[in-house]
Amino acid sequence: MLELRDLKVAYSGIQALRGVPLDVAKGETVALIGPNGAGKSSLLNAISGIVQPESGTVTVEGADLTGARPWDVTKAGVLQVPEGRKVFSEMTVLENLLVGETALHGRAPTFDLDAVYEVFPILDERRDQRAGSLSGGQQQMLVIGRALMGGPRLLLLDEPSLGLAPVIIAQVFEALASLQERGLTILLIEQNAHLALQASDRAYVIEQGHIVKSGVSAELADDPEVTALYLGHA
Amino acid sequence: MLAQQLLNGLVVSGVYALFSLGFTLVFGIQRILNLAHGAVFMTGAMVAYYTVDGGGPLWLAFILAIIVSGCLSVLVEITCFRRLRKTGDEEFGGVVSSIGAGLVITTIAQQISSTQILRFPFETFPVVIFRFWDLRVSMLQLFMAGAALVMVLILGYLFYKTAFGRRVRAVTDNERAATLMGINPNRIYMQTYFLAGALAGAAGVLVGLAFNSISFVMGEPYMMFGFAIIILGGLGSIPGALLASVIFGMVQTLTIAYLPSGLTDTIIFAALFLILLVRPHGLLGQEDAGNLGGRR
Repeated sequence: MLELRDLKVAYSGIQALRGVPLDVAKGETVALIGPNGAGKSSLLNAISGIVQPESGTVTVEGADLTGARPWDVTKAGVLQVPEGRKVFSEMTVLENLLVGETALHGRAPTFDLDAVYEVFPILDERRDQRAGSLSGGQQQMLVIGRALMGGPRLLLLDEPSLGLAPVIIAQVFEALASLQERGLTILLIEQNAHLALQASDRAYVIEQGHIVKSGVSAELADDPEVTALYLGHA
Repeated sequence: MLAQQLLNGLVVSGVYALFSLGFTLVFGIQRILNLAHGAVFMTGAMVAYYTVDGGGPLWLAFILAIIVSGCLSVLVEITCFRRLRKTGDEEFGGVVSSIGAGLVITTIAQQISSTQILRFPFETFPVVIFRFWDLRVSMLQLFMAGAALVMVLILGYLFYKTAFGRRVRAVTDNERAATLMGINPNRIYMQTYFLAGALAGAAGVLVGLAFNSISFVMGEPYMMFGFAIIILGGLGSIPGALLASVIFGMVQTLTIAYLPSGLTDTIIFAALFLILLVRPHGLLGQEDAGNLGGRR
């Protein structure tokens, strides 16, 4: 589904990614974990076309998307859910979801409004409310729902747990689990390694722009190094 | 008498609304003050004049004026702002480059018109006066009010009821997130500038017809009023610009009618000052309206 080869990204001389290989197969959920500033968001933004890679390739279902513009990346069905719950705050919940349809560019939708409301019933209840007035958790659900409206073949999730209360995080990840059951392919970025390893099939550990470890999530969760560094308990 | 003045004020307000809607639309989406907007307005009037002068019917003049002004406005966006946006210096750089574009357009118009004041031939717009109750309304006034109302309604529909409008508002709200949803902001900018220019051009034709006086500097007072209107309404706010246009048009018409004419601008800008003392972000503005950094 997604293949990254030797991906390098630099911001004004500072190297954020130093040659990253990464694969996501159809239907699986892959997590990318690592400390703040390790290059996790740079990787997503390089896939989405927000930043231009210095070298390396981004391939999605055989099509070369290296250096494609963000709107062209969405044409391939690669949709990023940005961190920080970037809703269109002055628009209603329903309008936010409808904007998501832009990413279809004529492709057939995979989730319609009803399907999104089924995953996130609260969005149905709040459909006419201004998005900026939603709680943090509801905004996170809205940005995921908005991306679903764009018919994702690959969903890129940037820190969905950031700044949310544990009970809300559980709700969001429950919804993600239901998306996985529907066969959605997901690349998940998380600082919360515990959560990410639980929610994913495979995982990569990134540090200072290098992939330092990768493997099946359940095995990584038992890896003493990973446990010590990222899970905070032995 | 008062009713008559209120009616006249409403017609003037319509023209102000057409002018300032485009101005505030552009500010809302890019946080850029397009100071070439007055020149685009003037271009609309000029195109209409030369179409009629060349023997074309008024309706054709009106349509050509709208299309040419819209395209000129798009050209301003591409030449003045697009490159600056890539450098991140568009906020102040854009003010300077759009003043430059305004000067270029104005100078070209000055050359073409040989620095003359142009007048439509007599009866370009049929002079018909309707009387009812104690009021007099000319057909031209009705046409102006009608045209302004129709265009405002069309804009409102486009903006709040269509997928296009949702995309424009999404880019206005959060450009990065809009981009990630498959929206190409440059395309939205071009469409928005076209709409803004088309509205300004239409306003130019209406003003040209109403005063039957078209000159290359006619955009300047409107630039000034438009600026005051969008600040009064709240920068970037469409309902605010509409409300402020009505207030502005009414106050202007009433002060001209009842007070010594030299006082008009004094009163208007004093009122603007007082309102901003109480509401620094304008009548319907938002606190962070002027903040370019805050939405990135």
